Amino acid sequence: MGEFLLVTVQVDMHDRLAMALQDDLTERIVANHARGVLIDISALDVVDSFIGRMLGNIASMSRVLDAETVVVGMRPAVAITLVELGLALPGIRTALSVERGMQMLRSGISGHQRSVFETGPDDRQS
Amino acid sequence: MEKSKIDTNSNSLAALLAGNEAAVLERWRSSLVSDNGSRRSGIREADLNRQSGEFLAAFRAAIERDAAGNIQGSAWDQTRGILSDISREQASQGATASEVATFIFTLKEALFGLVQIEFADDPQRVAQEVWNVSRILDRLGLLTTDIALKNREETILRQQNEMLELSTPVVKLWGGILALPLIGTLDSERTQVVMESLLDEIVRTEAAIAIIDITGVPTVDTLVAQHLLKTVAAARLMGAECIISGIRPQIASTIVHLGVDLGGVSTKATLADAFAMALLRSGLGVCRIEAPRKSSSGQ
Repeated sequence: MGEFLLVTVQVDMHDRLAMALQDDLTERIVANHARGVLIDISALDVVDSFIGRMLGNIASMSRVLDAETVVVGMRPAVAITLVELGLALPGIRTALSVERGMQMLRSGISGHQRSVFETGPDDRQS
Repeated sequence: MEKSKIDTNSNSLAALLAGNEAAVLERWRSSLVSDNGSRRSGIREADLNRQSGEFLAAFRAAIERDAAGNIQGSAWDQTRGILSDISREQASQGATASEVATFIFTLKEALFGLVQIEFADDPQRVAQEVWNVSRILDRLGLLTTDIALKNREETILRQQNEMLELSTPVVKLWGGILALPLIGTLDSERTQVVMESLLDEIVRTEAAIAIIDITGVPTVDTLVAQHLLKTVAAARLMGAECIISGIRPQIASTIVHLGVDLGGVSTKATLADAFAMALLRSGLGVCRIEAPRKSSSGQ
């Protein structure tokens, strides 16, 4: 999708699959000059600490390659599990749906610490 | 016939009962009825008669199969079942646990009398049988107490669950803005329920902002703060931002004194402030509508 990469996780992530995803994604970011990565995990209903960490790693790597990562469509059960595991994924930006995630990427987000709400008013002013 | 059974020590009681069930029942009922007058809760005589009949029949059947009186054994299954029904029935009519136990203990009088008459020429035997009857009935009496306690615990648990559900409403304030007014202490179990209902509601309403109002939370210690932060983190993972509101001055000072780090969570003193902030973040605002001419002239 233009300068954005869209990753949809359709099956349960094994550790190896997650590693493969990480490698593929970094290569594609470089090849496509992508500026944003959208990871849709709405089909994922089981996570463990490894997958949680993997998501964090992918976000950090993309950032190094100057691409923002937005994780969208996380299920309530998955969110609770990650929080209980102590993995609140502070570096990752999240959105409820693919649409909102794309909106987030399009609005030219900058600085991963800022939330979409903090950027919201700025966008309207500009 | 009874003479032959007396030698097989263990089954004498069963044989005695088999021969004199009607008499025992009669005597038990009369002492139950006279006892009933002194109870605070009047259980109807017809009920008492039916319950005593049922119980004695089951008791006799059980003791025939297991004279040792191992009331946890399979021989006593039916007796235990009937006893718990009776116990439940009486409790629902307002009987206390001790009153239900007394119901069983009253049977002793009738049985002791029977034993006494039957073995009048053998005092040692009387003592032995009395001891035997007493032991079994004591166990059954205690069982009713256990049943009463269990019933009460079930009630408490059910009410606790109802309270959990009652106390965690998630309300929609505006399109995309949810509020979660928390009332009462937050323990880990409640946090779980709160978190689940909030996250489900976020998915359902596609909310982007959730306001957690803690006006009704009496104290915020490190544990409660941790639970709050967990909820906030989970909502964030779902793509919704959280605002904590309703922080009273004492709670603010407690939080600071405890060294609790509320991190990057936005906090507001009142729900109104939080709502205004949420509207602003969604690009909305509240404005005064043009006052109608009539009322403006009156001002």
